[in-house]
Amino acid sequence: MKAEHAEAQWLTDECQFSLSELVDLSGSSVEELRELVEYGAIAPVNPESSHWVFPGQCLPTVRAACRLRVSFDLEPHGVALVISLIDRIHDLEAQMGSLRAQLPHRAR
Amino acid sequence: MKYEDYYAILGVQRNASSEEIKKAYRKLAHKYHPDVSKDPAGEEKFKKIAEAYEALRSPEKRAAYDQLGTHRPGENFQPPPDWGTQFGDGQFSFEDVDLADLFAGMAAGRHRPGQRTRQFRMPGQDYEVTANISLEEAYRGTEVELNLTVPERDAEGLLRRVPRTFKVRIPRGATHGQRLRLPGRGGKGLHGGRDGDLYLDIVVRPHPLFRVNGHDLYFDLPLAPWEAVLGATVEVPTLAGPVHLKVPPNARAGRQLRLAKRGLPRPRGAEGDLYAIVHIVVPASTSERERELFRELARGSTFNPRGRLQEELKSES
Repeated sequence: MKAEHAEAQWLTDECQFSLSELVDLSGSSVEELRELVEYGAIAPVNPESSHWVFPGQCLPTVRAACRLRVSFDLEPHGVALVISLIDRIHDLEAQMGSLRAQLPHRAR
Repeated sequence: MKYEDYYAILGVQRNASSEEIKKAYRKLAHKYHPDVSKDPAGEEKFKKIAEAYEALRSPEKRAAYDQLGTHRPGENFQPPPDWGTQFGDGQFSFEDVDLADLFAGMAAGRHRPGQRTRQFRMPGQDYEVTANISLEEAYRGTEVELNLTVPERDAEGLLRRVPRTFKVRIPRGATHGQRLRLPGRGGKGLHGGRDGDLYLDIVVRPHPLFRVNGHDLYFDLPLAPWEAVLGATVEVPTLAGPVHLKVPPNARAGRQLRLAKRGLPRPRGAEGDLYAIVHIVVPASTSERERELFRELARGSTFNPRGRLQEELKSES
């Protein structure tokens, strides 16, 4: 079987997505994304603009929101709450990982 | 086609009410959903649970499932002869089709298996996979080969399991927890729908020496007590090969010595740093001569390692 070669794109703030691109790539509706912004689960880089642009790392968040909405039959506020809590857990895990990396090996 | 016992997967009786099925699903989803579960096998378990719920959640699909009869899980079986006509359009082929794909293809109340969906623009499915790479591979960039078996719709709109192999170039600068998107490398879109994307979650395997923190790396630098006191130039490992590190005198345990730009490269911009964490080690056994030298040091030194402790004790008494 022939292997397919693919070019990769980092999902960091080095790439950005418009609202309609996020809709297209995540399977969420414009309304659902607006609610995620309203509840603070995701934030555009230009909240004052009428054409929102989102940092690349929002895409995995929005895709997770979409999965959670479907899997748990959640309403938008519930999705935003779960996403915010998951983000906090990820932040805490990152902080813990950072502190662990800095501890001498035997003390971890 | 292999049989799956969806009632057993959800842990409910075959005569369970739809409310009981929903509750059982939610309970298991809380436990195994990959976005909320810490179970490393959670994703695989959740796939089965979601498959089972998909087949049993609507009365129409559940009736279709029940009509397949009861078989042993994993047993090869053929649906009853009239099943395709009763629940599909009769033109359905059961060759190379998973039971899960069969029910996923029956969007409740709209299509039945085998029904053609030419009128809908359907985006291709997104695939999400984990790429396990070594720290050395993250440092210099690498190419990983991913073998996936993915559900894809054929020209008739039927879902089939298709093996696909991707060679993905992971550029320099990957680090643990980062995500890559490969546009258009997911499932094929149908009737003008866009192709799905492939998402890669980067996992950097633990390294025997270096610990990863973003693009910075940490390692323990063992020093003999005299090296820590007097300072030393020691050879230390980096991902680019060994370098000489000048340890200043009076290096305390836990102190971090920074080797600038010796960490992981960033996709664009400056490299991360490498930190040596001072670790003072004493010999497991010493010779009489070494012990004599230490005794001499003990006699001649005014250093009191517990000075602060004694001050605290004094202030309390």
